[in-house]
Amino acid sequence: MQLIECPWCGPREETEFHYGGQAHIAYPETPSELTDTEWAQYIFFRANPKGLFAERWSHSGGCRRWFNAVRDTRTYTFLATYRSGEPQPEVQS
Amino acid sequence: MTSATPPGAHLPEHGDFLWRNPEPKKSYDVVIVGGGGHGLATAHYLAKNHGITNVAVLEKGWLAGGNMARNTTLIRSNYLWDESAAIYEHSLKLWEGLEDDLGYPILFSQRGVLNLAHTEQDVRDSVRRVEANKLNGVDAEWLTPDEVAKICPIVNVSGDIRYPVQGATYQPRAGIAKHDWVAWGFARKADEAGIDLIQDCEVTGFVTDGDTVTGVCTTRGDIACGTVALCAAGHTSVLLDMLGVPAPLSSHPLQALVSELLEPVHPTIVMSNQVHVYVSQAHKGELVMGAGVDSYNGYGQRGAFHIIERQMAAAVELFPVFARAHLLRTWAGIVDTTPDASPIVGHTPYRNVYVNSGWGTGGFKATPGIGWCLADTVAHGRPHEYVAPFALDRFVTGALVDEHGAAAVAH
Ligand SMILES: Cc1cc2nc3c(=O)[nH]c(=O)nc-3n(C[C@H](O)[C@H](O)[C@H](O)COP(=O)(O)OP(=O)(O)OC[C@H]3O[C@@H](n4cnc5c(N)ncnc54)[C@H](O)[C@@H]3O)c2cc1C
Ligand SMILES: [Zn+2]
Repeated sequence: MQLIECPWCGPREETEFHYGGQAHIAYPETPSELTDTEWAQYIFFRANPKGLFAERWSHSGGCRRWFNAVRDTRTYTFLATYRSGEPQPEVQS
Repeated sequence: MTSATPPGAHLPEHGDFLWRNPEPKKSYDVVIVGGGGHGLATAHYLAKNHGITNVAVLEKGWLAGGNMARNTTLIRSNYLWDESAAIYEHSLKLWEGLEDDLGYPILFSQRGVLNLAHTEQDVRDSVRRVEANKLNGVDAEWLTPDEVAKICPIVNVSGDIRYPVQGATYQPRAGIAKHDWVAWGFARKADEAGIDLIQDCEVTGFVTDGDTVTGVCTTRGDIACGTVALCAAGHTSVLLDMLGVPAPLSSHPLQALVSELLEPVHPTIVMSNQVHVYVSQAHKGELVMGAGVDSYNGYGQRGAFHIIERQMAAAVELFPVFARAHLLRTWAGIVDTTPDASPIVGHTPYRNVYVNSGWGTGGFKATPGIGWCLADTVAHGRPHEYVAPFALDRFVTGALVDEHGAAAVAH
């Protein structure tokens, strides 16, 4: 089992966390103007890279707060975790 | 034991090679990317149904070493919606004649599947699905807990567990098959027809001219092509990214495990969404178990141990007799899941590129069915009627085919 570094609580066991998929997807600013294709992109389409991925995690068994992580989807290694609202840090795999 | 021959004793020896290992030619009419079950079945039906044999199957590793080698081989067609019933039932009918078609043993054993219901909502959904199945000509019955116990005596149907069994759907024609032999049977037939199966050949890029792909770049050189069929399962996004085509696919590790070899104790297949495990017993005697995907995206062909632990807890809850079995082996594959738990098959923005993906945790059962339909799609240059509802544009039109219920504990 991995240890995941919650930006508020520090390192905790993976089983305390829930996955939330791709990070940094903002709700559309002008929802009523979106075409069907744009809605589909917003709702369903997510990046699925083999490599570095910025994604959301929730410390559901701890402080219950959401945060972001950069993880390598090939090795599952967490390269950085950071609080929501902070920019994605530059990391190397 | 009354029979003197142990299970499997009558199986043939493997002597001769089942296929050639040809050098790639400069050009093919059809290039299939991915030599798993779907790619190999597509090759077979291109030759058999359409007489198209100037075909290459390009495989980055060894033939059928991806999910085809790693799945738990459950075959059934009891999905909810008409669109799904059509393709999965077409596939099941092909399974019923596949051994003859391939002239190769596949150990297809129609031992039935029980999908257990543990809550009132489960019961309502299950009864609805049984009725939908019947309307679609798919064999299905609703069973009471006592009837469940008659079919599978080792399931705990007492009121004494956390989520008591309230009944089950039953599809008698469901079953299991020997996955490797299925792949080898398709490969042998395709090779016999003159199709080139090329291993150690990774597709690393595409040569395009406007909306046409004129060739594929591979680790064994560039190959020109008429039509391309993508059958890369968990790696589909990697290929579509090379073409700049977005698709709502997520790749996840999916794990499975087996116990040591045991005497036959489990006569059927049991799946439970709620308690979250499914189990069958392989011909050799291992209990074969699986559950859901690891939650995060991943390409690593391995998963986390706490997922296995949870599966084992669920298995022992439902089958107290398993408490004394030992875990022998665990492994994982990479499955490509979609938002509605249905596949994505058909046209891409490139005129001559077809995608076959998104079968996620349940595409083994579809192997002959999708091979048949994809071959037909490639041969005629338009989606076969059974795959048409699964086009990529359904995420824009909203015509989703939501099979989260019937996709069951993942399969
Ligand atoms: C643990 C587990 C249990 C499962 N259980 C069941 C089950 O009980 N019932 C069921 O119906 N389904 C099940 N599945 C799902 C099923 O295995 C898949 O849906 C199905 O095998 C996918 O089709 P395939 O056989 O063609 O995939 P694969 O065998 O994965 O074939 C894809 C091939 O493409 C190759 N490839 C990828 N990228 C490239 C490239 N760039 N160039 C060349 N080749 C490439 C890969 O190496 C691979 O061999 C399970 C899956 C797993 C992992
Ligand atoms: Zn925390």
